[in-house]
Amino acid sequence: MIENEAEVRPASGLSTGVLGPLYGWYRWTYRFCRTKPLGAIGGFITLLLVIMAVVAPVIAPYHPKDIDGPRETLGVPLAVHLPPQAQFPFGTDHVGRDLLSRVIHGARISLYVGFGSVILGVAIGASLALITTYAGKYVDLAFQRLMDAMMALPGLIIALAIVAVIGSSLQNVILAIVIGMVAPLVRTVRSQVLTLKETDYVLAARAVGASSKRIIFRHIAPNCFAVVLVIATYYLGLAITIEASLSFLGVGVPPDVPSWGGILKRAAEEHVKTAPHVAIFPGVAIFIVVLGFNLLGDALRDVFDPKLRGR
Amino acid sequence: MRTYALRRLGLFIPTLILTTLIVFVLFFLVPGDAALVILTGEEGAGAVTDEDIARMRHELGLDRPIHVQYGSWIWGILRGDLGTSIWYQTPVIDELKDKFVVTVELSIFGIAMAFLMAVPLGIISAVKQDTWPDYISRIVSLVGIALPTFWLSILMVYFLAYTFNWLPPLGYATLWEDPLLNLEQLFFPALAIAFHDLAFTARVTRSSMLEVLREDYMRTARAKGLKEMAVVGRHALKNAILPVVTVSGYQFARALGGVIIVETIFVVPGLGRFVIESILHRDFVVLQAVILLTAAVVLTLNLVIDLLYGILDPRIRYQ
Repeated sequence: MIENEAEVRPASGLSTGVLGPLYGWYRWTYRFCRTKPLGAIGGFITLLLVIMAVVAPVIAPYHPKDIDGPRETLGVPLAVHLPPQAQFPFGTDHVGRDLLSRVIHGARISLYVGFGSVILGVAIGASLALITTYAGKYVDLAFQRLMDAMMALPGLIIALAIVAVIGSSLQNVILAIVIGMVAPLVRTVRSQVLTLKETDYVLAARAVGASSKRIIFRHIAPNCFAVVLVIATYYLGLAITIEASLSFLGVGVPPDVPSWGGILKRAAEEHVKTAPHVAIFPGVAIFIVVLGFNLLGDALRDVFDPKLRGR
Repeated sequence: MRTYALRRLGLFIPTLILTTLIVFVLFFLVPGDAALVILTGEEGAGAVTDEDIARMRHELGLDRPIHVQYGSWIWGILRGDLGTSIWYQTPVIDELKDKFVVTVELSIFGIAMAFLMAVPLGIISAVKQDTWPDYISRIVSLVGIALPTFWLSILMVYFLAYTFNWLPPLGYATLWEDPLLNLEQLFFPALAIAFHDLAFTARVTRSSMLEVLREDYMRTARAKGLKEMAVVGRHALKNAILPVVTVSGYQFARALGGVIIVETIFVVPGLGRFVIESILHRDFVVLQAVILLTAAVVLTLNLVIDLLYGILDPRIRYQ
């Protein structure tokens, strides 16, 4: 998962290109942090989330499914719905599990779903966009109508229906999110491809006799990377929200898995009044993470898209 | 205008047909097919003989070839028959009619509210670019994106119940029966939806305004001594608002997903609870109908917006 801090990597290679591998990294990151403080905060949140997910078993005081640990720590028969206190900073839930441990482990689920669906969705969406634009007029026209049709479908209801049809598991949630994500991704990449098609260097490549295939995959595709990276950052936040929504409605991941949306489901159903802390902490976690991805995405968009610079 | 309208219609019809195909195929791919799912129920318990399955398949018409099934489904829709609910055993159209109206009303209410808040925010943000008002308006919209709608709704219900002792009213009155009660019921759910949509609309308003503000005719308007209000309000906004309207139209499909969740939390008797119950009961006929209906509404809305554009902005017709 560590390698997914891709947020800073590609730029040094692609937009500036001349920088040495490590020194360039530092310089780019330093400049990014100085000119885009909000984006740097977003990147920091993302980094924190990744670290939290990787070392979750080490830093979480209890196992996320452990219903006896908190009880035995206090030496009481029942440790259900304890409010936040020294031993349990986030309190305990309706069966006496430590909420902090569950929220920490929830980061793993969110990251897995977020990166899983975005990587899969971007791979599928970008290749479809490139291939159909390359394939030419009629394939492109037909494919665009298909994308129009998919855009018209209500995303969350489709995701709900897909998970209901194929059963609820983490993999199926990812699949449902990917299906909803492909059409807008294809749109974005396609419009970028169409713009690049008109550039002088594509004309130059054609003039020296490069084939359409070579132009698309060697000249156009790499230049779509920045746009894709920016939209992927936004979609990370979106995917995490959708997973939380699905789990909240009870069709996402199985109930004992510590997903942020799943924890909120139980809290909202029965316990908002008796134990509001259970409804607050997982929601704050979603909020901070999605905010982080959006801050990062905004900053990256400013950096990569010269047209939007200063907007 | 006529060629433009015809061309736009020429795109609309194949897209609509494709949409029906997608929705149909999606449910055709149910593993172990619908008959088995219905017979074994939610838990997959109970002994089921092959005979039972065959009978159920025949009853549902699943033993016919796929194109015949598709044809009869489409034929039914054209006559206003959306099938019979697997769970309730009543015609889907009867169940959907009232609920759909409520959901559409709430969506429109929410989008309109978002529009009314987002456009001023976007304008301020563009006119005062890179100053405090701009930062504040951008932070408000970022917070709107990052707050999950369902969590915001939970917090709202909790907060309202505790500080004002206000609970979502249980009975429901339509806009025509009792406008005030209807407004009371839909105001907070609409606010929750609006807060999320606001961000996107404000962002589009901002960049659209920034683009227009750099045009030459803006300088002309200022040079001839117009007040700043007139320059921004009459000259800039009029040209900048079109993309914002399109975005609001496309947002309908997205908003609807959020509406479903918000409805279940605020106890609004729209599609929300019905859809979620249908999912839990695996009532695919209902799901199919709901998805198709919303997709058709979205496509029609986009068509209407595009056609209105053609009338309002002559440049679009000749592109």
